[in-house]
Amino acid sequence: MTESYKIIDHNYDVVVMGAGGAGLRATLGTVEAGLKTACITKVFPTRSHTVAAQGGIGASLGNMSEDHWQWHMYDTVKGSDWLGDQDAIEYMCRNAVPAVHELEHYGMPFSRTAEGKIYQRPFGGHTRDHGKAPVERACAAADRTGHAMLHTLYQQCLKHKAEFFIEYIALDLIMDEDGSCRGLVAWNLDDGTIHRFNAKMTVLASGGYGRAFFSCTSAHTCTGDGHGMVARAGLGLQDMEFVQFHPTGIYGSGCLITEGARGEGGYLTNSEGERFMERYAPTVKDLASRDVVSRGMAQEIRDGRGVGEHGEYIHLHLEHLGSEVLWERLPGITETAKIFAGVDATREPIPVLPTVHYNMGGIPTNYKGEVLNPTADDPNRVVPGLMAAGEAACVSVHGANRLGTNSLLDLVVFGRACGLHAAEVVDPKSSFKELKASDGEIGIARFDRLRWAKGSRPTADIRLEMQRVMQGNCGVFRTAEILGEGVEKLSKTAATLPDVAVSDRSLIWNSDLVETLELENLMVCAASTMNSAEARHESRGAHAHEDYPKRDDEVWMKHTIATVAWDKGYGVDLTYRPVNTFTLTDEVEYIEPKERVY
Amino acid sequence: MVEFNLPANSVVKEGKSFSAPAGAKTPRKFRIYRYDPDSGENPRTDTYELDLDACGPMVLDALIKIKNEVDATLTFRRSCREGICGSCAMNIDGRNTLACLKPIEDIDGEVKIYPLPHMPVVKDLVPDLSQPYAQLASIEPWLKADSPAPPDGERLQSREERAKLDGLWECILCFSCSTACPSYWWNSDRYLGPAVLLQAYRWLADSRDEYTGERLDMLEDPFRLYRCHTIMNCTNTCPKGLNPALAITEIKKMIVERNI
Repeated sequence: MTESYKIIDHNYDVVVMGAGGAGLRATLGTVEAGLKTACITKVFPTRSHTVAAQGGIGASLGNMSEDHWQWHMYDTVKGSDWLGDQDAIEYMCRNAVPAVHELEHYGMPFSRTAEGKIYQRPFGGHTRDHGKAPVERACAAADRTGHAMLHTLYQQCLKHKAEFFIEYIALDLIMDEDGSCRGLVAWNLDDGTIHRFNAKMTVLASGGYGRAFFSCTSAHTCTGDGHGMVARAGLGLQDMEFVQFHPTGIYGSGCLITEGARGEGGYLTNSEGERFMERYAPTVKDLASRDVVSRGMAQEIRDGRGVGEHGEYIHLHLEHLGSEVLWERLPGITETAKIFAGVDATREPIPVLPTVHYNMGGIPTNYKGEVLNPTADDPNRVVPGLMAAGEAACVSVHGANRLGTNSLLDLVVFGRACGLHAAEVVDPKSSFKELKASDGEIGIARFDRLRWAKGSRPTADIRLEMQRVMQGNCGVFRTAEILGEGVEKLSKTAATLPDVAVSDRSLIWNSDLVETLELENLMVCAASTMNSAEARHESRGAHAHEDYPKRDDEVWMKHTIATVAWDKGYGVDLTYRPVNTFTLTDEVEYIEPKERVY
Repeated sequence: MVEFNLPANSVVKEGKSFSAPAGAKTPRKFRIYRYDPDSGENPRTDTYELDLDACGPMVLDALIKIKNEVDATLTFRRSCREGICGSCAMNIDGRNTLACLKPIEDIDGEVKIYPLPHMPVVKDLVPDLSQPYAQLASIEPWLKADSPAPPDGERLQSREERAKLDGLWECILCFSCSTACPSYWWNSDRYLGPAVLLQAYRWLADSRDEYTGERLDMLEDPFRLYRCHTIMNCTNTCPKGLNPALAITEIKKMIVERNI
């Protein structure tokens, strides 16, 4: 079958998949280190979903009030509900300050304080001195921080003449018999050719998989492509049960309203006009971490205190901030509220609902970015030649719940770490191992199989069914019964994938086929998420299990590793690996688990 | 009498038609440009009739509904669906805009959807944007400064200096403006176009940048900059409410000022 495709081979020191914040920062690092790098992306770099991040990037600059990276670390550990690996969290928080300064030096247009420094605003879960009060830690460019950051990183890549392969769809990894990664296979949408990238190092920075759910803030392109490739290479995915619901997605469209809105003084009310977060988080109220606020909102709606005709949403108030503050600091969401909720935020509250937003889980890595393939004997075994960063990866710095602003930080800190590590282990002078004719065959066979798929169920049908199951059975509140039913329903849906119908057979910009390839990736993510959630009999961070309402450190302070049998009905095999209960240096102590109260 | 012959494959033909499902209460027709590069056939316009009661409010919602439920071969770019990624720029109801931000109810009668004008079409509503992307790179859109940045801190910038970037840095590179500009249609090989000139001005306006002179040297050219004839289609069409025409005027003013 492969004879019928035009296959073009490339040799690169490093191939990066994805051109969002993490992919661009990794690309920049390897190019600066003199490594020949190819950055492969399915959308033009500035259209990656990093562009939609709003509120800020977390770093303890202390521009507005006293702050320390150790406080940031404490908040991140607490936010993660002690599932985060503290060595990696230390690495991220201590590198946050230089990372933000680096972005400013690159030309990123941060908002400014009266002294001309980078403007910072409070954000959920970020506190002064171990939980005493909210602290201004989110470094912001109005409410378009992701846009500012992504464009800045792309500009730097242009400056360094990085090589991009734009609108290429990565199909699968090329794996060696010895278990190391040799690069990847991709399809060029523009002319329909297939490309094999032979690389000494492959970096997956392919983003999250919000689109496995019916309602999410994520872009249509957030389809877990890297997750799918890793699973098809026989590797595991970590902590997939931890899915973050952002408290303030616009009711109906799911478009994001930044937490920075509450950072600037916005607050939530129920149908009685009560600021109910005072009950759930007496100290920091509306600025508790996202899992806590989302649960509070869902609880109010369940108790019949939702707003609207059917009591189905919550009100977010910004009108008291005044139109000047809104137009200066929150112009993007003021506009978004107008367009997608028909609401003038300077005058009336915005209807909001907890909405799927971020995947804490992903491809397991260590703090250097190396992908892990854990075994019982060696939970930290590394996959040679493969790294991952950004939302696709699970380092894990976010554990069971990510703090707002820590995702943009994760992108640049670990994107940079990938660049540093690649520069260390890849020798640009070493020769390339020749690719065999059969290398990449798995990916090309998958491409060909789906291209000619003649089943009875259109891609959109299967996708919608999967999204409904995930939304209904893997939501904010979970029970053994709901999750058990979810596992069953999802496996029925997955069983219909071989019956998928693709109606476009062309090779150039066949977006029907793109969506079908993406659907297979999404199904890997959905299956691993649902099964990992069903198995975790405790409540921790974003995983709120009503039959097991307490966190159980004795049994469950461990990372889930899900291996998906993508070729056998998407069955999921679960193993576990320990959480790293140590720090990177002696400069900071391991933070012992305790009850999480905001 | 001069006779003009259009290339045979430039004639847009009438394509397929799909009617609304039976019982549709608010049917609405969408006429959409289609071009299939694999078939070698002429472009066509297909007509899809949808029931707006069962469709989201934006034009992008309609396109996705058609792709999901009527015709999976329909091809267009889309990603964020909230007006920040710039993928779904196209010509809707005669005007370049983002499909995700364009309410269907703002359009009277048939909704006509074409790719961004005057760009090579790759397939259906997907234009080839490699020319404006290359032009963007040509203006060297990154901070250029020889003074070293402070090793342990940010470069300082006052609020007033930072405010000069507002209305510039928010551009999402959708190229609705450039492809609405008759001057760009005519000279896109040499004229940079409003989107790229807006970016050029973004760096001229940045207090941290130290290469104003070199940047102006590069722009001071009968084509790159001065093909702008203040037609204002760019500002008129920008889906983000930015004003590229003003930015271009500011560049022209800077050049005049340094020459007197």
